[in-house]
Amino acid sequence: MDKTLAIAANTFREAIRDRVLYLLLGFALLMIGSSIFLSLLTVGSREKIIIDLGLSAISLFGVLSAIFLGVSLVFKEIDKRTIYTIVTKPVGRAQFILGKYLGLVLTLSVNLVVMTLGFYALLLYEGAAHARLLPAIGLTLLELLVVTALALLFSSFSTPILSALFTLGAYLAGQLSWSLRLLQDRLDPGIGRAVCEFFYWVLPNLWRFNIRAEVTHAVPVPLAEVGLAVVYGLAYAALLVFIACLSFERRDFT
Amino acid sequence: MAVLEISGITKSFTSHLSMGRTQVLRGVDLKVEAGEVLGLLGANGAGKTTTLKTAVGLLRPEQGSVRLFGMPITDVRARARMGFLPENPYFYDYLSGREFLDFYARLCGIAPSRRAARVAEMLARVGLEDRADRPLRKFSKGMVQRVGLAQALINEPDLIILDEPMSGLDPIGRREFRDIILELRRNGKAVLFSSHILADAEALCDRVAILRGGKVAACGRLDSMLSDRVRFWEATLSRVDPASLNVPHEKIWQRGEQVVVRLQEAEQVDTLIEEVRRLGGTLRSLVPHRRTLEDLFLGELGYEAPEETKAPAAEKPPIPKSRG
Repeated sequence: MDKTLAIAANTFREAIRDRVLYLLLGFALLMIGSSIFLSLLTVGSREKIIIDLGLSAISLFGVLSAIFLGVSLVFKEIDKRTIYTIVTKPVGRAQFILGKYLGLVLTLSVNLVVMTLGFYALLLYEGAAHARLLPAIGLTLLELLVVTALALLFSSFSTPILSALFTLGAYLAGQLSWSLRLLQDRLDPGIGRAVCEFFYWVLPNLWRFNIRAEVTHAVPVPLAEVGLAVVYGLAYAALLVFIACLSFERRDFT
Repeated sequence: MAVLEISGITKSFTSHLSMGRTQVLRGVDLKVEAGEVLGLLGANGAGKTTTLKTAVGLLRPEQGSVRLFGMPITDVRARARMGFLPENPYFYDYLSGREFLDFYARLCGIAPSRRAARVAEMLARVGLEDRADRPLRKFSKGMVQRVGLAQALINEPDLIILDEPMSGLDPIGRREFRDIILELRRNGKAVLFSSHILADAEALCDRVAILRGGKVAACGRLDSMLSDRVRFWEATLSRVDPASLNVPHEKIWQRGEQVVVRLQEAEQVDTLIEEVRRLGGTLRSLVPHRRTLEDLFLGELGYEAPEETKAPAAEKPPIPKSRG
């Protein structure tokens, strides 16, 4: 386990010594801050607009960072040949993948905390720092766990650009996968329904992690629903990381 | 038991645009015993790097097997006793030398209490202690190679595999690398390395294996491959008239006051000594010119061995052969 943690710590160190992360973080904070000005231009409750924009910015930049850093996570190690001296040490390939994943998750979590602090500083200034918003940010972290795992899985057998496209595609499909259930209800029993059912289960149900509208409008969210989303997110991410490990186990490093 | 045993490995790669496959290894057999230095030689594209990458588990052979300390290479216990330095290595350049080695020590499972001391010891061994806290991106190529050797040795391995370790090093760096390899051998470690630089191989290896077309073309102890093959003898004589010298020889020429005779056979040496005595001359020197590794290497690769000693231009042209 210590070897996995060593790889995770090194991955984190690499990210925090990279300027790209600060650039993304800077943009996110800028966008959160700009919600004040946007709220002036819009009709409606100023507080709700700031909250809605802020939460969306946190999610959007979190996902962008996850895709951007995730697809090059393993590819860079192979491309720069740093992996040669890692996997020839007494380190399992699965330990390597898991370490890289945990390192990126740690980076994204720190990123998320910084964005949340910036967001709450703004809310304090506006007098709207509600604790009810925190579960929505917590579920964003779970969304990031899944998106990072997707990026890792695709990048374990593909190039960064293709992996980024695949991950983005899976992310968008995952936001809308609830509509497969609607479609299924309109179809007659048969192959069409089976296909809908299949994709509903295979695609990541990322919409489960989105309770931003509810918390913005102070609509209570059942605890069971949040609990289910947490269990689903952890299980889905774990499965993806497991498949990434399997795919990596057989790989040649030329 | 051999430290490393490679039996009949084959490997091919998909060619560009997936058009067909290129067979790189065609059944390589290689054994490294404890405490020996084995040099893997071969022309570019002979399969040296592919063989080494397969030996350390970066590539999986299509056929054949690799056993490291009697275990498959996928076994982490086997890898715990091995150190590897790839060709032209690249490491995490955002780390300092010390952070880098500490990370690798952690990967090798070295206890936290021993880690700092071990890292300091390795830095001193490769002569980087005063640059230990500089980031690797500011290291020269030679310094990267040294820190690379340090990571390969950090777990005190019993087998060290080095791919072209001397490339990119200046003469001092090469000398230091050689000294470290010789020290490893003295401590009973096995070393397998590939090289283009035959002088290094000749100075370091107990055995060499020459790869050609994805197969081991020749393998054996360096002393037995080279020593019993004297290519010719060269005798320097004085106070002798070359025309009156009645010895079968390959070449004879004058160098200043002295006469140089090149002989092909060992028996001719005795005849020459008797002749010099008879003519009242003096034998100044008698040098056996052995087969060098370069001759052996080029011979295995199908080239003719180069002329080792040529009569310098300033000397008089060879005297016509006299047959005795």
